[in-house]
Amino acid sequence: MTVISAVDSQTSVYDDLVPPLTPMQAMAEASRCLFCYDAPCVRACPTSIDIPVFIRGIATGNMKGAATTILSSNIMGGTCARVCPTEILCEQVCVRNTAEERPVAIGRLQRHAVDPLIASGSHPFTRAAPTGKRVAVVGAGPAGLSCAHGLARLGHDVTVFEAKPKSGGLNEYGLAAYKMAGDFAQREVDFILKIGGITVEHGRRLGGDLTLAGLRRDFDAVFLGVGLGESNRLGIPGEEFLGVEDAITFIGRLRQAPGGAGLFVGRNVVVIGGGNTAIDAAVQARKLGAEEVTLVYRRGRGQMRATAWEQELALTHGVILRTFAEPVRIDGDGRVQGILFEKTRLEGGRLVGTGEKFSIAADMVLKAVGQKLAVRELAGIDLAGGKIVVDPAYRTSMAGVFAGGDCIASGEDLTVQSVQDGKLAALSIHSFLMTA
Amino acid sequence: MADLRCNIAGITAPNPFWLASAPPTDKAYNVVRAFEAGWGGVVWKTLGEDPPVVNVSSRYGAHYDIDRRLLGINNIELISDRPLEVNLREIAEVKKAWPDRAMVVSLMARMEEQAWADLARRIEAAGADGLELNLGCPHGMCERGMGSAIGQVPEMVEQVTRWVKAATRLPVIVKLTPNITNILWSAEAAKRGGADGISLINTVNSIISVDLDAMAPTPIVDGVGTHGGYCGPAVKPMALNMVAEIARNGFTAGIPISGIGGVTTWRDAAEFLALGASGVQVCTAAMTYGFKIVEDMISGLSNWMDEKGYENLDQVTGRAVRNVVDWNALNMNFSTKALIDPALCIDCGRCHIACEDTSHQAIRIVQGEGKRLFTVENEDCVGCNLCLHVCPVPGCITMHPEENGLPYVTWPEDARNPMNLEKV
Repeated sequence: MTVISAVDSQTSVYDDLVPPLTPMQAMAEASRCLFCYDAPCVRACPTSIDIPVFIRGIATGNMKGAATTILSSNIMGGTCARVCPTEILCEQVCVRNTAEERPVAIGRLQRHAVDPLIASGSHPFTRAAPTGKRVAVVGAGPAGLSCAHGLARLGHDVTVFEAKPKSGGLNEYGLAAYKMAGDFAQREVDFILKIGGITVEHGRRLGGDLTLAGLRRDFDAVFLGVGLGESNRLGIPGEEFLGVEDAITFIGRLRQAPGGAGLFVGRNVVVIGGGNTAIDAAVQARKLGAEEVTLVYRRGRGQMRATAWEQELALTHGVILRTFAEPVRIDGDGRVQGILFEKTRLEGGRLVGTGEKFSIAADMVLKAVGQKLAVRELAGIDLAGGKIVVDPAYRTSMAGVFAGGDCIASGEDLTVQSVQDGKLAALSIHSFLMTA
Repeated sequence: MADLRCNIAGITAPNPFWLASAPPTDKAYNVVRAFEAGWGGVVWKTLGEDPPVVNVSSRYGAHYDIDRRLLGINNIELISDRPLEVNLREIAEVKKAWPDRAMVVSLMARMEEQAWADLARRIEAAGADGLELNLGCPHGMCERGMGSAIGQVPEMVEQVTRWVKAATRLPVIVKLTPNITNILWSAEAAKRGGADGISLINTVNSIISVDLDAMAPTPIVDGVGTHGGYCGPAVKPMALNMVAEIARNGFTAGIPISGIGGVTTWRDAAEFLALGASGVQVCTAAMTYGFKIVEDMISGLSNWMDEKGYENLDQVTGRAVRNVVDWNALNMNFSTKALIDPALCIDCGRCHIACEDTSHQAIRIVQGEGKRLFTVENEDCVGCNLCLHVCPVPGCITMHPEENGLPYVTWPEDARNPMNLEKV
């Protein structure tokens, strides 16, 4: 186990993996946009950002207009510009792919447009006349903040309850540092709150000092953007050993350690899982100095939830990808020393063990096998498949209680989808409040 | 290999690419570099009477496309600001060292015979191959009664041409200004005055941009600006039209033409030649990229001529002139329709929205497999070409004439012409 004591050479851990475009690069890239009619990129964006219009703004020097176009569809356009898997969304369908096999760098252009506006300290939107209505939002993650901003803009007063000491949800605690360099998550939260009418109370947890009944009593409506608060377990022997940790916790520690000081990372790290969190953890471990990082996934690369781009990122950072292997047992003496896997194969779509086993020596095991809803505090609300059930207007089974983000089953579990959920839920709550 | 040797009004050069009278031909240093790079000739920057003019600081403005490529430059520079003696000495030295290249010298003077005659004789004595009369500079010099102040008055064009012709045995090329209502008036005047050739166009009078912070036109000279001369790719269409007008006008047809205006590539040059020019002059392209661009101009023109079977420039010059006609000579029965190749289409939708918003609503969208399918409704298509022009993919949209079996009918002959109804 290596403890990182000083900032010095490790600071690259906190640098942008994809740096901002220079003005010259932005000009060249913006000029590649064809200003398509009914553009495929807009249709591919979960928040329907008018991409050709904002890129035209960059090209003509109308940077404020470009940023406002983005933010009016997606108030977290800054984070989405950094973390969206554009390779499977807007950039995948960019018509420049067809012609040149290289899409317009939409994500990077979006960052180029949004960052200056956020840095300027101004806010492009104003609140409607006060309605006198009060809404409780549970969770200050992308869904909650998007919903809160939408509601505040419509003239409602919003109180956001957040269990953690900082707002931002996964933007602050769950995404790789190299994607969210420079404290951007907090700067974006500050920007969103500038609309006014939103109060955030930290250390307030549903199931802790908050109850659904209490919120329904004290507020005119409730929005649940609680995310998925618990990590799935492997359910194998040795999981309690020292050195075995949830990947999301590892990333949270990294994100909250200023400059990397005090962080520790294994010499031989094994990451279990196939999603973007697994990749984030594996790449971060390498960047922190782990000698060998092996990412093990029980199925093949084609079935990984991590995009091809993310997989490439891991490979270029020297991460070893091992597929078709399932963990059986963690070995150690109270402290992890290795992990035993069984090889797997697909039989008619079903995954089965082959009986063949192998071990990987490890002094750190990071589990990234998915998150699940913390259901205890949601008594009285219908759930299905481990998610909160909502109708198309984001209404839960409980009157006056709405939900969105990762805690509901909507589209992909992406930041951009959560922002869209929060945006649309705000409109639904508005209509509920104004007709009630 | 095509023969690229060019002859304009008796002035010969190894190729038709000359540098126009402008900053790149201001002194021996530049001109020698140009000849080393392969340029066929130069028109030395305009000489005037001593004492030399004084130029201001800040001289060019620019017109960019969205990708910061130069579409045009506008300048407020005057004629050569170096002593006449220095220029003449350098002209003599360079011509001696580069005998095969065309050394034409531009000149400008007051509306006085003696002034023009003296200048012409001194240039002839320096060994120049020909003279180019600057009757077009649209800024500064015209405020002193020179340049376009002369070029805009046909009688004065004729007079100056006659004076210079009488003073020298050198071939005289008259450079025309586009800042007029009808180029034929000054072209005919030059011919009447005895011009051996004409060159056009000089720069277009322009304000190229306004600095919105300084609230002044660019280039800004101490807080204010003035109109200047516009050149570069953006002026090529105006220049082509004026060249063609002169080439197909009975009185001026056949006069040697040196084409000027936005020539940037060999293809631009070929277009000027096709419309009647015997050679071209280049400035903005050289100022943008340096002299080396002439390499591709020469090889590109040569390869294109080989491909087409043209052996020399004479076979190209004027080849398209017979196909330039008045609108009234167009066939009213001709009909062409757009065709979109779905295999080349990249699904941008620009053809559709251009037609839908601004033209004839002839392009339909069908949801195809994976991408949209754009099709042209022939009934609605008027053959305007707009879709083809906005399409980013070369060759994706093509125009196809309809075989309608109808005769060639011009508007004057057309039954739909109300003038004809009256006759009936």
